Amino acid sequence: MDFFKFFSREDVSSKDIAKERLRLILVHDRASVSPKFLEMIKSRLIDMISDYMEIDEDGLEVKLTRMDMEKDVAVPALVANIPIKKVKHLARI
Amino acid sequence: MGEVIVITSGKGGVGKTTTTANLGTGLALYGKKKVVMVDADIGLRNLDVVMGLENRIVYDLVDVANGMCRMKQALIKDKRFDNLYLMPAAQTKDKTAVTPEQMKKLCDDLKKDYDYILIDSPAGIERGFKNAIAGADKAIIVTTPEVSAVRDADRIVGLLEASGFEEPKLVINRLRPDMVKRGDMMDIDDMIDILAIELLGVVPEDEKIVVSTNRGEPAVADETSRAGKAYRNMVSRILGEDVPLMPMENFEPSFIDKLRMFFGLKVRTR
Ligand SMILES: Nc1ncnc2c1ncn2[C@@H]1O[C@H](COP(=O)(O)OP(=O)(O)O)[C@@H](O)[C@H]1O
Ligand SMILES: [Mg+2]
Repeated sequence: MDFFKFFSREDVSSKDIAKERLRLILVHDRASVSPKFLEMIKSRLIDMISDYMEIDEDGLEVKLTRMDMEKDVAVPALVANIPIKKVKHLARI
Repeated sequence: MGEVIVITSGKGGVGKTTTTANLGTGLALYGKKKVVMVDADIGLRNLDVVMGLENRIVYDLVDVANGMCRMKQALIKDKRFDNLYLMPAAQTKDKTAVTPEQMKKLCDDLKKDYDYILIDSPAGIERGFKNAIAGADKAIIVTTPEVSAVRDADRIVGLLEASGFEEPKLVINRLRPDMVKRGDMMDIDDMIDILAIELLGVVPEDEKIVVSTNRGEPAVADETSRAGKAYRNMVSRILGEDVPLMPMENFEPSFIDKLRMFFGLKVRTR
């Protein structure tokens, strides 16, 4: 999010700016305070995806970032990089 | 068997000590309960001053925890209110002068004699916080309507939940309805929504808090104080009554009230 642009917008009340900033801060706080959180997501992802393809578990990367939706709106985003080794044959699913 | 309630916040200066003093006094005065307030802010004691009891301290919490005196010797009886006691913190030691185990033992001992034991927690999430929550059954989290305070409150919610506290309750302090109306302060719903915890009460910004702290007389006993009214409502809620939130208009003195105050007439809180 471009904060300078955000602040300069006269029509946005400071309360809404506070709320938006707080939302983003807390998503990051809550996820990073608990180191188990991303590990949990990782292992559930592996479980789920393994039904369909073989993946490189050591190369799996899950992290929290933010993503720009439109001009002044950013949302927290979970980004996963999952190296695929092999896709299972569809007939077996 | 009494109940131990810790009053905590993460961020400093948001009103933990003020909340402890007012809820403690209110529970004794209006709830007719036997109450002890424990100042767990070792090294930075404050609760004694807010209560106007600073001249009566002989022994303190650290002395009790370390067996230097008996519990009764450290407890100060508030002569203005029946059934209200204070256990002061030590001023010269630091947070490591007591252990969480010692705090737990102290709370368990106090539970035998008191209906409510209120623990005034220091700021932070370190040892002082761990001491303060060690013997507590329930928790109250105080925040102001600011990003940093709410952020810290959220951290505390997480830590409390990790320590097995089931439903911590929120106190929003220093709310200014005029600023909320202008859109320059987060409102009650915003904060409840973000923190996702239950609300115990909302205290308006009130000069009477400063005046009452100057005098060492908690605002809860002042019928004309709006913050005092908010604390009285919270006391009723702690005692299990279903009291609705004070409407925001009542947070500020009305024009008529201001006139009455100007002429020195008594203003009753609605
Ligand atoms: N509702 C309120 N209105 C006005 N001033 C307040 C209010 N609540 C607290 N204060 C003031 O804010 C300061 C910090 O309060 P305190 O209870 O000592 O916070 P903490 O114990 O969390 O550090 C004190 O000077 C107190 O008088
Ligand atoms: Mg304090």
